Amino acid sequence: MKLVSFHLMPYRPLDLAEAAKYRSPWVVLPNRLYDPVKGAEEYARHIDALVYAEELGFDAIGVNEHHQTAYGLMPAPNLIASALIQRTKRIKIAILGRALPLVNNPIYIAEEFAMLDNLSKGRIIAGFVRGIGSEYHSSGTNPYFSHERFHEAHDLIIRAWTEPGPFAFDGDHFSLHYVNLWPRPYQTPHPPVWIPSQGSSETVAWAAHPERKYPFLVTFSSGDLVARYHNGYRDQARQYGYEAAPDQLGWACPIYVAQTDELARKEAGRALETLFNDFLRQSFEMLMPPGYTSIGSMKNFIRNRTALGGGRLSAEALIDSGTALIGSPRTVLAGVERMRERTGFGILVALLQFGILSDDLTRRNMDFFAAEVMPHLKG
Amino acid sequence: MSEQVIELEVRDVTIKLHRAGSGPLVLFLHGAGGVPQWLPFFDLLAERYELLVPEHPGFGGSDDPSWIRSMPDLAMFYLDLLEEAKLDRVHVIGNSLGGWLAAEILIRDRSRFRSLVQLAPAGIRIKGVPGGDNFIWGPEEAVRNLYHDQSFADRILALTPSEPQMDLMLKNRFTVAKLGWQPRWFNPDLEKWLHRIKLPALIVWGEDDKIMPPAYGGLWRERLPDGRLVMIEECGHLPHVEKASLVARHVDDFLEGVVA
Repeated sequence: MKLVSFHLMPYRPLDLAEAAKYRSPWVVLPNRLYDPVKGAEEYARHIDALVYAEELGFDAIGVNEHHQTAYGLMPAPNLIASALIQRTKRIKIAILGRALPLVNNPIYIAEEFAMLDNLSKGRIIAGFVRGIGSEYHSSGTNPYFSHERFHEAHDLIIRAWTEPGPFAFDGDHFSLHYVNLWPRPYQTPHPPVWIPSQGSSETVAWAAHPERKYPFLVTFSSGDLVARYHNGYRDQARQYGYEAAPDQLGWACPIYVAQTDELARKEAGRALETLFNDFLRQSFEMLMPPGYTSIGSMKNFIRNRTALGGGRLSAEALIDSGTALIGSPRTVLAGVERMRERTGFGILVALLQFGILSDDLTRRNMDFFAAEVMPHLKG
Repeated sequence: MSEQVIELEVRDVTIKLHRAGSGPLVLFLHGAGGVPQWLPFFDLLAERYELLVPEHPGFGGSDDPSWIRSMPDLAMFYLDLLEEAKLDRVHVIGNSLGGWLAAEILIRDRSRFRSLVQLAPAGIRIKGVPGGDNFIWGPEEAVRNLYHDQSFADRILALTPSEPQMDLMLKNRFTVAKLGWQPRWFNPDLEKWLHRIKLPALIVWGEDDKIMPPAYGGLWRERLPDGRLVMIEECGHLPHVEKASLVARHVDDFLEGVVA
């Protein structure tokens, strides 16, 4: 199994009580609540934690892009990736991912990835995402054209990476006379592309297509939903006439390991709750701007959400639903193995720092995971 | 007053059209909410006019052609519709997005029109005077912010929409995003052509409009060659709903002057 140590770089010093007075910690949370002195220290500590993953034997470090939010301080994840390249030697660096529809010229994303690929001599994994709903509010991008822009930007970037330039690109959203990348990517034909997603059926069908076979990462969902999305991808692959390989299926999950279940819950429970209740808190209108998904997917979302009920999610509920793996090495390992039996997935994207989890506990969690869980998954 | 609902096919698009009354022709262009119900305002107009209330492509019971991608597309569709249905000497009334649409139509071709009534239209912008963000508002907030008099909101919020009604609301919302999300509620190429609307125009604005700021009424009056502005006290974004009889009276007086 491939193991990714993933990080969101939350702004932990956030005054949660003050933040709770606003619609959401996304888009509208006044940025006077960001203290640059504390924030700069956050960057330093988070990068230390990311770099440490190489020493522990992870296959990749994962970073990602979010805008105008205390949930994550990486509006430009490639800047972090660039810093990580300078402080690591062998480990892959997965940008999970860049939000393609939000830019007006995707060539810049192709260029940045190509630069990182050269800077790292081929250690880059390029994640492509659409950005979450809130990002259509913060960027002003029209969600109605999100899928169109994503597909067109993707095609442009892949062609820019693989076809001899200069050539012209004639899209509906992006129309360019000269596509001629300097530098070209280091890896041949191009860096691996991964697709993190919240599981929309449109994205699954596209990622699983035989021309692409892109690894599909399910983020922050209950165990049942992860299994449903993975197996949806498998079914789609079978319809295309092939069997999905383990390394086409990824699961991004908050994980915390300690000596006992009890201790793990005690140390990480509150932090887990802050991730889901404080940092991820967004209204339906923010998460699902019109056109971001099909009407059918949107109605499913409404139904699932109504079924969940309102109110705060407790650590217990998040653990019971399999949304997070928190416990002894045996418990966490059993959780991973159970999912492996259900879906045959082969990429575990472990979020080992989440919410307000401190540096000390993050480090202890990473050490424990590497010592007690990793050997069983690598074997 | 009994309203007639007919289907009208224009090119490859079938739309739903509500019709009532007789007399000079009045075309009402609806806003973002579509035409979920027949309004008392429509009955008042139908007493003296032949009133046509089409549901725009992408809204309610009308088709949703993928080739309509912008307000100018929608405006061109309506020019086709007017030509095919041979509608002439039309008095057009637009509310919000429908007012924006009316202006997009008229800057292109006003030959089939006699007058324009704008009820809190979208379509232009005053830099530094943003409108309300009804895409980020929650369902209750969005309804409440439509009205000054909250009893209107209370009545709507007391109802639970059925599944088909929910579907229509989602359909409308998707189309509204397609047409109005970016730039938000305006076309940067509209304002500079408003001088072409050489028709008598009445602009009506609620003083407590939380979506389109009342200051915009002044800009419309400046840009339209023959426009007068009426501000309505204690009124939100839907003057024809919240102050139906008062607005109908203003419209009536105005149209009487035009027709005379």
